[in-house]
Amino acid sequence: MKAIVHVTLKPSVLDPQGKAIHHSVELLGHKNIGDIRQGKYFEIAFADGTSAMDAQVAAEQIAKDVLANPVIEDYRVKTKE
Amino acid sequence: MKFGVVVFPGSNCDHDAYHVVSKHVGQPVDFVWHQETDLSDYDAVIVPGGFSYGDYLRAGALARFSPVMKAIKQFAADGKFVFGICNGFQILCEAGLLPGALMRNANLHFICRHVNLKLENQNTPFTSEVDPNKVLSIPIAHAEGNYTCDDATFQSLEENGQIVFRYCDENGEITDAANPNGARSNIAGICNQNRNVLGMMPHPERACEELLGSNDGRDIFRSLAKAVALVEAAA
Repeated sequence: MKAIVHVTLKPSVLDPQGKAIHHSVELLGHKNIGDIRQGKYFEIAFADGTSAMDAQVAAEQIAKDVLANPVIEDYRVKTKE
Repeated sequence: MKFGVVVFPGSNCDHDAYHVVSKHVGQPVDFVWHQETDLSDYDAVIVPGGFSYGDYLRAGALARFSPVMKAIKQFAADGKFVFGICNGFQILCEAGLLPGALMRNANLHFICRHVNLKLENQNTPFTSEVDPNKVLSIPIAHAEGNYTCDDATFQSLEENGQIVFRYCDENGEITDAANPNGARSNIAGICNQNRNVLGMMPHPERACEELLGSNDGRDIFRSLAKAVALVEAAA
């Protein structure tokens, strides 16, 4: 059982890296992009036999305690086999 | 009195902090490895700059789970002094010992130069001996020093006098041009409500010798030593 965690900056937080990426993407010719924001992706592989529910609960705790800084980041968690 | 300088894997400003306490403050000081859980020998602990855990995940994010941090939380709760410099400030914010967070510098550059600081609160154990009319010249060296917090926290910091240093120009004016990293309200350093924990992004331990360009950092360490001495005298 795997948990997939996405960590993103809160919408109100400045993302200069996203802006730098956007600038480079524009240089490639893409003129129709309003904004790019960068986030983080984590895969947590739980022991065989872990239920989806247990993985979800544990991964949410891990996201909250370690993977995301709640002052500036949001997280969302889903599980998959 | 005795000072401790915490060392995490990746800390690299520990020796400068040790040197300043030993030579300029003239007090006993130990390196404290991050696995240590007993801080009873110490009156003040410095969490130095560097790249603890390689800044992996976020600067200071993993250091906060080192065994020593539980001891430091108790140490702070007991009213003893904790001084976080640069990565140390980042670690203290991640650990919840100080509010807010340090983000990537707004212009994405790693900035390594002297900045001007205005003392906003002389009423802390770390700044009692610092001249509030003097603009301090102290170096910064960071890529993630952009201090941020939500509006409620900011209001609370202002009301409680927890903003201790702000970036300013050479005349002491708080301006956008003087803000090297986009930090909210030019905040360079803050303390907790109890005033026994201070975090600052600039490196006062690199401003204790004329040879290095400024000795404006000395008064901060002298203030801290004086505060420790007062506590000892009262004991």
